[in-house]
Amino acid sequence: MPWRKAEKNMEANTSVPVSEEDRRLKISLKNVFKVFGERPDKALAMVKSGKSKTEIHAETGCAIGVNDASFDVKDGEIFVIMGLSGSGKSTLLRLLNRLIEPTAGSIEIDGRDITKMSRKELIDVRRRDISMVFQSFALLPNRTVLNNAAFGLEVAGVGEAERTEKAMVALRAVGLEGYADSRPNQLSGGMKQRVGLARALASEPTILLMDEAFSALDPLIRTEMQDELVRLQAEHSRTIVFVSHDLDEAMRIGDRICIMQNGSVIQVGTPDEIVTQPANDYVRSFFRNVDVTQVFKAGDIARQTQVTIIDRQGVSVAAALERMQNFDREYAIVLGRDKKYHGMVSQTSLVEKVRTGSTDPYRNAFLADIEPIAASEPLATVLGRVAGSTWPLPVVDEQGRYVGSISKSVLLETLDRAS
Amino acid sequence: MNFDIGDGVDTIVNYILDNFSPALEGIAAIIGFVTDGIQDTLAALPMLVGLAIFVLLSLWRVGTGFAVFTGVALWLVDTMGLWPAMMETLSLVIASTVIAMLIGLPLGIAMAAKDSVASSIRPVLDLMQTMPAFVYLIPAAMFFGLGAVPGTIATVIFSMPPVVRLTNLGIRQVDVEFVEAGQAFGCTASQLLFKVQLPNALPSIMAGINQTIMLSLSMVVIASMIGAGGLGNTVLTGIQRLDVGTGFEGGLAVVILAVVLDRITQSFGKERPVFWRTFFPKAARQQTEQAPA
Repeated sequence: MPWRKAEKNMEANTSVPVSEEDRRLKISLKNVFKVFGERPDKALAMVKSGKSKTEIHAETGCAIGVNDASFDVKDGEIFVIMGLSGSGKSTLLRLLNRLIEPTAGSIEIDGRDITKMSRKELIDVRRRDISMVFQSFALLPNRTVLNNAAFGLEVAGVGEAERTEKAMVALRAVGLEGYADSRPNQLSGGMKQRVGLARALASEPTILLMDEAFSALDPLIRTEMQDELVRLQAEHSRTIVFVSHDLDEAMRIGDRICIMQNGSVIQVGTPDEIVTQPANDYVRSFFRNVDVTQVFKAGDIARQTQVTIIDRQGVSVAAALERMQNFDREYAIVLGRDKKYHGMVSQTSLVEKVRTGSTDPYRNAFLADIEPIAASEPLATVLGRVAGSTWPLPVVDEQGRYVGSISKSVLLETLDRAS
Repeated sequence: MNFDIGDGVDTIVNYILDNFSPALEGIAAIIGFVTDGIQDTLAALPMLVGLAIFVLLSLWRVGTGFAVFTGVALWLVDTMGLWPAMMETLSLVIASTVIAMLIGLPLGIAMAAKDSVASSIRPVLDLMQTMPAFVYLIPAAMFFGLGAVPGTIATVIFSMPPVVRLTNLGIRQVDVEFVEAGQAFGCTASQLLFKVQLPNALPSIMAGINQTIMLSLSMVVIASMIGAGGLGNTVLTGIQRLDVGTGFEGGLAVVILAVVLDRITQSFGKERPVFWRTFFPKAARQQTEQAPA
């Protein structure tokens, strides 16, 4: 739908990377408002004429929950809505399945405007396409874990045998199949939220709304659940809209982040964009305390400053040695023709192997104990390895191709720039 | 300016008596059928069977100690020769509680669903609870004659407010996230009510039913003045003859019935083991031991 793309480019407060442009739109919000209070029409007119929230509240007694929100969520992405408490993020999330009725604007899901749907159509969409995970779990205490997981299916009228089977599959996916007959109050916080997740997954929705889903959990369990979510997302691509007040969490799991302030959308962008080009001081204030080692991945800071040697027949070791000496490097990375990482050699190891007359001196000269780092690994987990290594460490992507290296000096530079 | 409200009420009562007597007789017949049915069943129950039922219920819902108390206390009532009167009172309590629930639960649900319904019903409930009972005992007797039927109706009026109020309150107090979860997963209004709101409001609703039972027990005694019968009669006889002993015996039996009913009905708002596990704990233990494997 070309017209939609054109419109998207006109939005001032969204910055969408061009390469992502081709992914299908899943959710599309246009000029969405939510006014709480008795006289929403008057308040809405005042908002549109640019009156401040205080003026509107004084005159109409209405509060503006969401103020002119427009953005798109793409199919299969994790979209994080972030803001301080009271910024309207939970309200915005509830507009997406109309738990809260929007006052104005359109919310399209798969191209259908849900704000215009009848009650019956809406219930249908809620049963089939959208499910939700809650901050305080909202597991029904009078039901067993299994019956909680099967709740959505039961409400949709799915027969008992089928819903039990699907609920068990969902419980297995979150690792709780052994607790099917337990009651929610017998589980720990993390386990409860796994049940919440299973309940949301059981009806196999295409959209998952998560309202501060991990905020009530202690930090260790929270990280574990974030990993779990990312894993589940890798297995089964869904569109996830995740509300959070925690930037570390947003950076960790979000493909894109939407930052809200006082009911307005301030900035939408990838974690990198938000960090490198914050829209205003409010956005900047968020990551003043952010741990950069969580934001950056190994691939982000790897540099191609090391000498590389292509591993092929007929290239003499002498030529390689000369290259290293020319660039004044003690080490070189040996790559295949397909850029796949093969190993790392040093001048000393090469010379030594040539002197002992071993065949295929390259392979025998590979330095032992060098494990390449995956590009997707967060910086936090590789800090120690880089700091403890004599050599710069090579970084490879998922296909094993060489991305660059991280040396101690690169690492220090990154940490220094961030503070 | 003077409004003669009393004359107005007289006129209304007379108008109803003159024009709606078939309707009143119909209502009386239905309520009479319910109360008679319950009364006959309980009267036919041998004393030992009735005692056993109460003791088993106490053992299941409350505990061993209370079961012993129930057994001794009810045996005491029997030795005072008040068992039949107590059964009659119990049947009136059951009949009026059932009717109060049939009317009160839907009313409470309607109040929780709509604020306007709540604000219009609340003053009526206040009136029902605070209007001195003797005031509507008289018209009840005029409409329905003497006996168990007007007694039941007067009792329903007096005892219904708690179940209505606490049903309303219970539903309103259900965690917002539970309701949101129900809606988010696609509940219709009635699914939300039966699968989310009522189960979670159950402790509060049970407290309301418990209060209704207690109030109806206190009202049944007063209702004996219009011939409702039961323990109220014993108390009334005691008062009329200035026979302190008889009056005290009747009063004691009321208290015993009240305590037993209160503890047993209160327990239904709490989690208790399934019936058979209370009586066969060994089998229950074996099953839990097998469960983890």
